[in-house]
Amino acid sequence: MTEHEIVIIGGGPAGMAAAVAAYDRGVKDVVLLDREAAPGGILRQCIHNGFGLHKLGRELTGPEYADVYRRQVEERGIRVYSETMVTKLTPDRVVVAQNRSGVLRIQAKAVILAMGCRERSRGALNICGTRPAGVYSAGTAQKLMNCEGYLVGRRVVILGSGDIGLIMARRMSLEGAKVEAVCELMPYSGGLTRNIVQCLEDFGIPLYLNTTVAEIHGARRVEGVTVAQVDENRNIRPETGRYIPCDTLLLSVGLIPENELTRDAGIPMDPVTGGALVDEMRQTAVPGIFACGNVLQVHDLVDYVSDEAELAGQGAAAYVQGMRRESQPLQTAAGEGVRYVLPQRVHPDADGDVSLFLRVKAPYGRVRFTVRAGDEVLATAVRLRAAPGEMEKLTVKHDKLAQAAGEITVSLEELQ
Amino acid sequence: MVYDVGIIGAGVVGGMTARELTRYRLSVCLLERENDVACGASKANSGIVHGGFDPEPGSCKAQLNAPGVPLLFEAARQLHVPYRKNGSMVCAFSAQEEAVLDELFERGKQNGVPDLELLSGDEARALEPNLSPAVTRVLRAPSAGIVCPYALTIAAVGNAMDNGAALKTNFEVTAIEKADDCFTVTSSDGETVRCRYLVNCAGGYADRIAALAGDDFFRVIPRAGEYLLLDKAEGARVSHTIFQVPTSAGKGVLVSPTADGNLLVGPTATEVETPDAKQTTPDGLRAVMQLAPKSVPSVALRQVITSFTGVRASTAGGDFLLQASEKAPGLVHAAGIDSPGLSCCVSIARRLVELLQGAGLVCADNPDFNGERPDTHAFRKMDDDARDAWIQSHPDYGRIVCRCETVSEGEIRAAIRQNPPARDVDAVKRRTRSGMGRCQGGFCGPYVMQLISEETGIPLAEITKNGKDSRMVVGRL
Repeated sequence: MTEHEIVIIGGGPAGMAAAVAAYDRGVKDVVLLDREAAPGGILRQCIHNGFGLHKLGRELTGPEYADVYRRQVEERGIRVYSETMVTKLTPDRVVVAQNRSGVLRIQAKAVILAMGCRERSRGALNICGTRPAGVYSAGTAQKLMNCEGYLVGRRVVILGSGDIGLIMARRMSLEGAKVEAVCELMPYSGGLTRNIVQCLEDFGIPLYLNTTVAEIHGARRVEGVTVAQVDENRNIRPETGRYIPCDTLLLSVGLIPENELTRDAGIPMDPVTGGALVDEMRQTAVPGIFACGNVLQVHDLVDYVSDEAELAGQGAAAYVQGMRRESQPLQTAAGEGVRYVLPQRVHPDADGDVSLFLRVKAPYGRVRFTVRAGDEVLATAVRLRAAPGEMEKLTVKHDKLAQAAGEITVSLEELQ
Repeated sequence: MVYDVGIIGAGVVGGMTARELTRYRLSVCLLERENDVACGASKANSGIVHGGFDPEPGSCKAQLNAPGVPLLFEAARQLHVPYRKNGSMVCAFSAQEEAVLDELFERGKQNGVPDLELLSGDEARALEPNLSPAVTRVLRAPSAGIVCPYALTIAAVGNAMDNGAALKTNFEVTAIEKADDCFTVTSSDGETVRCRYLVNCAGGYADRIAALAGDDFFRVIPRAGEYLLLDKAEGARVSHTIFQVPTSAGKGVLVSPTADGNLLVGPTATEVETPDAKQTTPDGLRAVMQLAPKSVPSVALRQVITSFTGVRASTAGGDFLLQASEKAPGLVHAAGIDSPGLSCCVSIARRLVELLQGAGLVCADNPDFNGERPDTHAFRKMDDDARDAWIQSHPDYGRIVCRCETVSEGEIRAAIRQNPPARDVDAVKRRTRSGMGRCQGGFCGPYVMQLISEETGIPLAEITKNGKDSRMVVGRL
């Protein structure tokens, strides 16, 4: 058994930013365990631009954004174990991992979970039909194209209008493939507006809302799909079925935080986010174990992942340095129109202002968000529009929080 | 060369028959139309080792089932195939159904099923707390079990090959001729294999093979069964295999753990046009989802990770059809192998060897036969210290390729090298479980393609999902 002060599981944008933040807070003994051959996570396959506008004030590609943090990790001499897979985590922070040199057992003073998320697969959707080659999750197709240099298909239907699906619609079009349609089960897209415009509209690719893939055809390779509209309960209306010939079906139907280690360690989870329950520094309910990035909640922008990871890194460093909050945390809750609020608990004596992140339940026009504790209004914010695909951030001022009591709820009201 | 015995079809019966034949000094060749073994009904079924109380006493199924169970478990042990003697329960929900259980109990005794017992609903729930409160009575067969059916097939073929048998894949039989006491079997590619005796283990295509040999006397009636496979998080929902009372359509929808730790629910039973009708249907999946909670109400169907259809190769008589051909001497048929075919695969194989001997095959003991196959899953069963030691001398085992099922590069490379060698992505999946977990190959797929390409020399752009035209990618950028 070796010992380290902070062990970070996952070397994507969350893990790297957390490592740097912990180091800069004065904990120098930080190690990063990463599954892949080089750090950067999924950013390495995201060769499109649009990363870093909020956080770095410039527009970078995924690999460029990752490189900014990779260099910061390197400059600090933070040890990165690549091609290293964590197989076990205990509540008392023993991490078991393996790589080509053997099995590592590490006792950590603090652990930061940054394993990211995975894509929902075809099986989880129960799409009927055959099981031919040519059905890919959008991210797998992206990796095969952008990292390995292979075209996965020539005539494509995409199910799901999440951001990866939209990005892949453009990417495949640029490589000469014909994207026949993007189908979205919901009455609205789950992707960012800028991606709808730049990836579909600019390429003349139709987006069909309230529509799904009812059946997959083809014995060995996809030969076509039947798409059909759904009713208000999202049940397929068979009479609307329409056959689209294609050789490829890409799925962009949701991301699932990859929390198997978290669950095995007995860390309490939020059924809505699919991630751990955390406080404002992203500490889980198990002392000394923190979580950040897409393993905690699925983000739309990597910039917010980096912000969140910095909090977790700082929190873990403070924990290692012996800092403990004395106050009883207040629970947060999603009120009218809000699907979830993160963090799920907040210490009233938190350092500085605290940002609450949330997603709304449905698309809205102009709305006002209100953060309340009991009858006390802690913060309000007006937005011109709100959509489930775009995470909202509301800030509660330090002085307001310090006097708060009871449960903190966030709700929205539509404005005229 | 002229083989002593040719076997058409590398499913579980063909594979076990090949293995049984290599116990003797015989040259054996397996002919398989697909790119891998276990691609038909042997891949997609419930994986249940039935106790043997279902078949009509005196039938071929009844003769082979109960005695076949210990033979199967012994083979699974020698071949290091995952299995578990978890026992089965048939649930009755009414007085009428309770009467059926009494009948099955009596039948089971006649068929020689050991340790059968009838339990009250409460006694059953004491053993199986998630069983429905509506269950009034249960027939429990402690001798029943579960086994991974494709792993068993792969291991049987691999062990037969280790003992000298040959395997020809992508060999779709299009002609069978007999002259001078020798069969000439021709493939769609024009390749020929000659053998003195021939065994028809062609599953869904057994009637066509019989017809090619001029012995057209039965029809396969393909019956599709649809299943849902649930995440390992649901794997402990029940410990026994839970059946509902059988009807004329089959044994009904079951809820069972699998030998690999998932939970399986299904199947339906629908007659279909061809044995290739492996699509799932809205009606089929809906039926499974509606029927499974009847016996186990708390089953979390949201945890589904994949659905699939298997096609049973039934015949009109409802019994196994194991017999020497009357029209083509030297040919032996194994047809109509639907449930409990997997449970009987060893006893069927032995019956086929007897039939071949009856047709004149001389079987002299092979002193070099070794029925043990190396454990291809040895690494994942090791504790951390043993893994560490193994990785020191085999570094490829240190790199995990499939994160959901924790499969290492070393295990994948070994699966591609071992008998029967894996040549496509699904073949690697069936041998190693890579791509079989919750992400369904989303992360490991590209790496598995690379490893197959490296090991076999097949260019990556030519790698297939399951042979023939099932290419994973369409070309280089």
